[in-house]
Amino acid sequence: MKILVCISNVPDTTSKINFTDGDTKFDTNGVQFVINPNDEFGLTRAMWFKEKQGATVHVANVGGPTTEPTIRKALAIGADEAIRVNAEPTDGFFVAQQLAEVVKNGGYDLVIAGRESIDYNGGMVPGILATLLDMNFVNTCISLEVDGNNATAMREIDGGKEKISTSLPLVIGGQKGLVEESDLRIPNMRGIMMARKKALNVIEPVDAAKATQDAKFEKPAAKGAVKLVDNVDDLINLLHNEAKAI
Amino acid sequence: MRPDLFEAPDYYNLDDLFSEEHLLVRDAARQWVKRDVSPIIEEYAQKAEFPRQIIGGLAEIGAFGPYIPEEYGGAGLDQISYGLIMQEIERGDSGVRSTASVQSSLVMYPIYTYGNEAQRKKYLPKLASGEWMGSFGLTEPNHGSNPGGMETKFKDMGDHYLLNGAKLWISNSPFCDVAVVWAKNEEGRIHGLIVERGMEGFSTPETHNKWSLRASATGELIFQDVKVPKENLLEGKSGLGAPLGCLDSARYGISWGAIGAAMDCYDTALRYAKERIQFGKPIAAFQLQQKKLAEMITEITKAQLLAFRLGQLKNEGKATTAQISMAKRNNVEMAIKTAREARQILGGMGITGEYSIMRHMMNLESVITYEGTHDIHLLITGMDITGHAAFKG
Repeated sequence: MKILVCISNVPDTTSKINFTDGDTKFDTNGVQFVINPNDEFGLTRAMWFKEKQGATVHVANVGGPTTEPTIRKALAIGADEAIRVNAEPTDGFFVAQQLAEVVKNGGYDLVIAGRESIDYNGGMVPGILATLLDMNFVNTCISLEVDGNNATAMREIDGGKEKISTSLPLVIGGQKGLVEESDLRIPNMRGIMMARKKALNVIEPVDAAKATQDAKFEKPAAKGAVKLVDNVDDLINLLHNEAKAI
Repeated sequence: MRPDLFEAPDYYNLDDLFSEEHLLVRDAARQWVKRDVSPIIEEYAQKAEFPRQIIGGLAEIGAFGPYIPEEYGGAGLDQISYGLIMQEIERGDSGVRSTASVQSSLVMYPIYTYGNEAQRKKYLPKLASGEWMGSFGLTEPNHGSNPGGMETKFKDMGDHYLLNGAKLWISNSPFCDVAVVWAKNEEGRIHGLIVERGMEGFSTPETHNKWSLRASATGELIFQDVKVPKENLLEGKSGLGAPLGCLDSARYGISWGAIGAAMDCYDTALRYAKERIQFGKPIAAFQLQQKKLAEMITEITKAQLLAFRLGQLKNEGKATTAQISMAKRNNVEMAIKTAREARQILGGMGITGEYSIMRHMMNLESVITYEGTHDIHLLITGMDITGHAAFKG
């Protein structure tokens, strides 16, 4: 089985978020980047398939040269090879078209992408990718088993879970549940040393349309001062008369 | 102990100066400390026990001899990577970093640098994997700052050496499998010997009731007519310069490690100051607290730059003993002052095991003394710039 894990390079959740260029661009100054957590759950599950079922695991990222530390981390965790499509991932449709090209050329049986990246939260890429490739698709996937050409996936649905039988080739929109947080791996020194020798192939993007562009970012309003109230009556009074919430 | 919310300060964007591999190595160590050290370290420090279960993890993140070549089980990394690993481990606890420093710089380094091929092949891979733990015997009860006066000695008995003496303040001693021991031969020349646990007459009693480095095991190395095989002599270098070469490597690691302890104290104090409300506003809004925090980040940033430049020099093989002394002295003092100021910001909470600050502060009292005291390092700088040694009789 040949697996492609699509990874996004996203700001660490503790980063301070600011914008530049008239609030149209994200300010990356001083920001630490990590593998998108939803992708990391997928990568870790892919490592399980590699170790238990002999799968080959490649990772792909659409991004500039600054994303390479994140890609190298995926290699240090255990992916066999990496591909970086040298383009800024500013639009989900554009990114999906680039990844579709990678999948077509690489002949992958299973594509695992996070159900959304935690920076722009577009949530588009896995669905568009499956459509472009005409592959089966399971979104918000919380468990995945593969037996030969057959796959069994579990999805989170309102108030419960849905078990789905499907077949390869398959695109997964993954999230926590594919593996648990405690299963996530820290690259060990052996992995870091091996990652030095693994291929990180940089390819140029194919011509592809962008369906959207960022017009402006706005940060949520800053938190106001906290008021401590001693009893329920005062609280109701404030909520009614001051906050006008009730 | 509270959850570890550590966010590393990088005020001068030093990350831009590190290579992709430096960052990968550093972040792996950082993640590991958060996952495997922070949740347990306070408990082990309180009960004065070394958490032996983390030895495997230390080996996995490359804390044991990262700069030793791959053929001997090391990772073949550069000196800045070594420094960053020490920084991250000491961010968790100086005692754990001490264990890693000793293994790397004081046991693996001399075996690699002064040992022969058979010794390298026999010891280094097992030390790198943590299967064997090592200790380093230089300091004696009567000879601390003046190791050249050591009394431990060995005699050539024809087919073996006979070793007698005692070493004190030895990190890892209670559980070490091997010890690199410095002793004088019959001509009074200092040599290194590899002593293995199990050799008759070799014992390692633990030092109890420490108020510092409580999560690290410290003890003695006692040799009573220990028969050391001749092949255990480190032939590559003799004289006081041999053990001092090891100390250069360890002190270099400490100059990075101390930054880690300071970063943790600063980060804790900054978070606390922003959340703690007194007189209707966060205490971070008061000038006296801002002065403390602003001075802390200034000093941390200066220490980071010092360590980074020293790392470059070390990579080029140009770092002098005196340059290393300056960084060790400056950065450890910076860390201990940061810990004390941070403790004050936390008020009473600062003295509890809920926060890491008091543990760091007490640990740093050892760090400022071992591997060359604060005063001796000043005199090394003094000697370097004036040409006069002020610490010799």
